[in-house]
Amino acid sequence: MNVSTIENPVLDEEAVRRIVRSEMERSASIDGGRSSAALIASKGTLDWAYPPLILATTAASLGMESSIFFTFYGLNIIHKDYERLLKVSPLGNPAMPMPVPMPNLVLGLPGMGPIATQMMRSKFRHKNVATVRELLDLARELEIGLIACQMTMDAFGYKADDFIEGVQFGGAAAFLAKARKAHLTLFI
Amino acid sequence: MATTDIEATVVVDARGLLCPMPVVKTAKAMKELAAGQVLKLLSTDRGSVADIPAWAESTANALIEWHEEGSEFVFHLRKGQGG
Repeated sequence: MNVSTIENPVLDEEAVRRIVRSEMERSASIDGGRSSAALIASKGTLDWAYPPLILATTAASLGMESSIFFTFYGLNIIHKDYERLLKVSPLGNPAMPMPVPMPNLVLGLPGMGPIATQMMRSKFRHKNVATVRELLDLARELEIGLIACQMTMDAFGYKADDFIEGVQFGGAAAFLAKARKAHLTLFI
Repeated sequence: MATTDIEATVVVDARGLLCPMPVVKTAKAMKELAAGQVLKLLSTDRGSVADIPAWAESTANALIEWHEEGSEFVFHLRKGQGG
């Protein structure tokens, strides 16, 4: 009798891999979810505004239907005043490149935040990195769903009017309804 | 095949731009083409070398060839069926 056990498998590893691979390909070919991406943007600093916008616009360029759910501080990114709200702080951010090494005590001095924000803006401009404005315009042109978290809006006292044109409003269920059908979901 | 032999229907100039713009501009321009037509992309972004082939593969468009010309990267892409 041919009994399959862990010690004595009937199928070798390569055979199992082959089956899994072909099953995955088969399910991908009949599953529309492989062509949609549902992202969450939860951070409201200039540096962290970039990853969700870059990934969503690229996903749309790859032919995926994409959406970003902006929650908590991520709401800064789609706020009408995003250019003033999106800042970067060198304080508690040891990975941030500085022209000269600076202790936290110095980084905490008044004025260091605006200086760091200006530094990042001018560096990005100099290197010709797309601006947040360009990426937001692109996102709307590519029909990326921009969804503001209603709960955070209520908690922080934001009104629908505070956000850029094209923003929709919803809660966790609005995100999950998209996410459950997407193969790509990221929390940023 | 010499790359100068490839007739491109449209040229996308993404020189000086960084991720995600070369991919985004390519995707946008490709939408206007018919299946079989060729798009030529000029880029100075080294990331394009990985991103453009990955984009082509995910969108069922064909990367015919790419090469470096000085500090520029030149890509020829053929629009696929429904791509």
